[in-house]
Amino acid sequence: MQVPAKFAYERADSVPHALELLERYGPEARVVAGGHSLIPMMKLRLAQPEALIDINGLTELGRLAVEDDELVIGALVRHAELLASTIATDLFPIFRDAERVIADPIVRNRGTIGGSLCQADPSEDLSAVFSALRATAVIQGRNGTRTVPIRDFHQGPYETAVEPDELLVRLRVPISSGTGSAYVKVERRVGDWPVAAAGAVLRVEDGVIAQAGVGLTAVGAEHFCAPEAETYLAGRPPSPEAFAAAGRIAAEHCEPHTDQRGPADYKRHLAAELTRRALAAAAERI
Amino acid sequence: MSHGRMHRKEDARFIRGRGNYTDDVRLPGMLYGAILRSPYAHARIVSVDASAAEAHPKVRAVIIGQTLAGLGLAWMPTLSRDTQAVLATDKVRFQGQEVAFVVAEDAYSARDALELIDVEYEPLDAVIDARKALDPDAPVIRDDLEGRTDNHVFDWEAGDGERADALFAQAEVTVAQDMLYPRVHPAPLETCGAVADFDKVTGKLTVWCPTQAPHAHRTLYAMVAGLPEHKIRVISPDIGGGFGGKVGIYPGYVCAIVGSIVTGRPVKWMEDRSENLMSTSFARDYHMRGEIAATRDGRIRAIRVKVLADHGAFNGTAQPTKFPAGFFHVFSGSYDIEAAHCAVTGVYTNKAPGGVAYACSFRITEAVYLVERMVDVLAAELGMDPAELRLRNLIRPEQFPYRSPTGWEYDSGDYPRALRLAMDLAGYDKLRAEQADRRARGELMGIGVSFFTEAVGAGPRKHMDILGLGMADGAELRVHPTGKAVLRVSCQTQGQGHETTFAQIVGQELGIPADDVEVVHGDTDQTPFGLGTYGSRSTPVSGAAAAIVSRKVRERARIVAAAMLEASPDDLEWADGRWAVVGDPATGRSMAEIALAAHSDLELPEGVEGHLDAVTVYNPPNLTYPFGAYICVVDVDPGTGQVKVRRFVAVDDCGVRINPMIVEGQIHGGLADGIGMALMQVMAFDEDGNHLGASFMDYLLPTAMECPSWELGETVTPSPTHPIGAKGVGESATVGSPAAVVNAVVDALAPYGVRHADMPLTPANVWRVINGNPFRTDLAIP
Repeated sequence: MQVPAKFAYERADSVPHALELLERYGPEARVVAGGHSLIPMMKLRLAQPEALIDINGLTELGRLAVEDDELVIGALVRHAELLASTIATDLFPIFRDAERVIADPIVRNRGTIGGSLCQADPSEDLSAVFSALRATAVIQGRNGTRTVPIRDFHQGPYETAVEPDELLVRLRVPISSGTGSAYVKVERRVGDWPVAAAGAVLRVEDGVIAQAGVGLTAVGAEHFCAPEAETYLAGRPPSPEAFAAAGRIAAEHCEPHTDQRGPADYKRHLAAELTRRALAAAAERI
Repeated sequence: MSHGRMHRKEDARFIRGRGNYTDDVRLPGMLYGAILRSPYAHARIVSVDASAAEAHPKVRAVIIGQTLAGLGLAWMPTLSRDTQAVLATDKVRFQGQEVAFVVAEDAYSARDALELIDVEYEPLDAVIDARKALDPDAPVIRDDLEGRTDNHVFDWEAGDGERADALFAQAEVTVAQDMLYPRVHPAPLETCGAVADFDKVTGKLTVWCPTQAPHAHRTLYAMVAGLPEHKIRVISPDIGGGFGGKVGIYPGYVCAIVGSIVTGRPVKWMEDRSENLMSTSFARDYHMRGEIAATRDGRIRAIRVKVLADHGAFNGTAQPTKFPAGFFHVFSGSYDIEAAHCAVTGVYTNKAPGGVAYACSFRITEAVYLVERMVDVLAAELGMDPAELRLRNLIRPEQFPYRSPTGWEYDSGDYPRALRLAMDLAGYDKLRAEQADRRARGELMGIGVSFFTEAVGAGPRKHMDILGLGMADGAELRVHPTGKAVLRVSCQTQGQGHETTFAQIVGQELGIPADDVEVVHGDTDQTPFGLGTYGSRSTPVSGAAAAIVSRKVRERARIVAAAMLEASPDDLEWADGRWAVVGDPATGRSMAEIALAAHSDLELPEGVEGHLDAVTVYNPPNLTYPFGAYICVVDVDPGTGQVKVRRFVAVDDCGVRINPMIVEGQIHGGLADGIGMALMQVMAFDEDGNHLGASFMDYLLPTAMECPSWELGETVTPSPTHPIGAKGVGESATVGSPAAVVNAVVDALAPYGVRHADMPLTPANVWRVINGNPFRTDLAIP
């Protein structure tokens, strides 16, 4: 039987209350929302936090709406809510692609967007998705909120820009016309973490790519993105050749590691192949 | 008529969440156990200090190897006449091996206390690669065994090697192929566990435990622990899947029993998922080299196999004593082959013991995979269609009973009919045409064929026993005065639907509805002796016992009915579920009427005791031989190596089908197993012996998303030896399907010149195979 070690439990009733609890318990406290990564780790005793701060009651973090020229996604929005939101998935089909292959419906019903990003697993699909979208993270501390570009948010495996006494409260995704997006993933079985995955966001103006976003998952891409490939694409007309070249560039600049999901050479190959496919699918959707 | 489709009687409680599993057992004063396991695959134990754990306020006992050694229980016999450590005393021999057992007031405290036990280990080099286990410089794992200087377990062979060699020497065509059937795990949803309750006053030990063989467990506890057998009661409650992994006795069961004896209170131990995957019975791990000798026109003449069998650290396979490689020597399969020979060498490695779990029919899974892959390798060599090659070599209907070159007597079958039916259902010729079109476009589509013959229902007592216990099964049938019946059987359902199927058998024989028959099983105090449920043996053996005991009851009923009708028993006939005077159906007496009369003041002939109850023991005269033809269609993405199973056609012949719905459910599950093994499942180990598949994140079970809508077909060839002609079906699809999936993938990769690829065919593996650079799937990916 898997049972966690002893921990304190606190239920926050507001964001300021959550921040107060985080400050009180210090760095050994962990925020719990969906809990689908944290609680299994606790049951395996790979994680032994001294306290859990439950933020599931903070409805103000569950907003999902367009505000001005941005899509705002609260940290407590569940995967299933993002998948079901036609506002979000019509604007950014990349969300639909990714959410359909993240874990399974049971996990998606409970797991949260903020939790996925803050867990910062190198194989987390949404990290690459938001990276491709060039989103902005809004982080709140006791002295107010600050914003961090998503490409500065992840500072390494399981490390983020969120300090122990802060809370990720929402993501902001810029909306622009002429944009298409897609996400492509290879997994060993439905619900598995990716062997590798790639996301693409393309904005085309006057027949040329005005801006490209390429996100990469589980292949050791710094900040989950492929800036060299994006630079290559900017200013070029969308074409199969350009997408294939961008894929090759993306593959050259990532650092995949061998594990039981696959050897590094295969993952590097997938970085190229899936980048190419994601770009092609994104271009189709403009 | 009670045979036929009916909903399973047991589902009413399962779908309401009212099943009663081992972990649902709660007894007054019950304590909780937890096991400390080895982090090393191979290490000497320098010291174990449990004093801090013993000082934990909620801990009631800490049992270590030395404690058990004092009781003579540190080692226990395995089902293969080897020994296995209950709690390690000298060395640990696989990662996850049991080292200490804590008993505490609650599960949390027991788990907390594990961290207070201080074990000092001296790590040793580990033997992980079975192919290096016999190297002269390999560390000796079993230095506990007197005089042991290497890791050799056994050599065993079957068939006529000289005759096979002679045919190979003069063969027109020969092919050879190395292949691995990797280490996999049955991974039942319910893990293993036990609740042990030793009553010091009565001296009675009661053990609740999800065992597939409750009677065998009782007898072994008596033999090993010296407890009198009539003071041991084993209760196997509802089981959440077994597949062979719940046949043996695990160290945790013994620890729970010792814990209860030591504390005087009931002790529950339930393993967690990782413990289940790391330490309980694995399956397969056969490194095989197959060879076929054939004529140029595709007539298979001889087959040879060499096997290196990885048995882990203790030889704990559960199989009939005379067969250390199980029934692997049925590897000539479904084909009429002049000569066959296999040589199997078993070796110890620093991995968990086990070997036959996961629905393998005592290693027929490995045998079928070997021969069905080899036939495809031959087809590729000859440039012949694999279905056509099979049709040329299948045993012909008129050859039954068929004596195989390794000594099996196949009971009955019409193999070509089954294969042709599968080809018709699949639209085989159209599929081949589509494949040709797709190949011309650079697309990878594969069609895989496999044909299997199973040998199940172990088995005849003169040939088959487990630790000296013959494999015959008892059955008792009571018919109450109102005509309702209670059947008591020794085997134990793990999801197969025995409570329904066996009730249907009795109902059919007695002319009463299956709903009027209660099936009692899983409690050794309430049921007759028998060897349990595995190897697809329940319907072939206990099902036969149920039919025969029903017929005994029916014959007693005939005497009673004769007295009721004032006729001679010889003048009665059994028709439409009633005994009636021959030619006068109006005189018919139903079983309910007869039962009441049997318990009444009706005067019965001299020497007839009254009542209808009967007992029997069924000793099967032969095994039964289910068979089937499977066709799998896959699409492979050349850019990613991903395999999509598009279609799966399965024609099964399991003889008479008692409840076709249950049969189809068994097949569906086995086909999903096949997709799991072929495409995603493996327990690999790194060079230090770390288990790389110890959770469901790493050890993948297939889901509905990987399974196509199964297309089933059937033929029915009754078994001539079974009283109702049934052959058993529990493992057929698990045995037959992996080869069909792998054959399909290899067929898809034919444009790259690929003739073989080892399971599991994960995207990475397929991509590497396409690129001519496959990796060993049983080791860490390099």
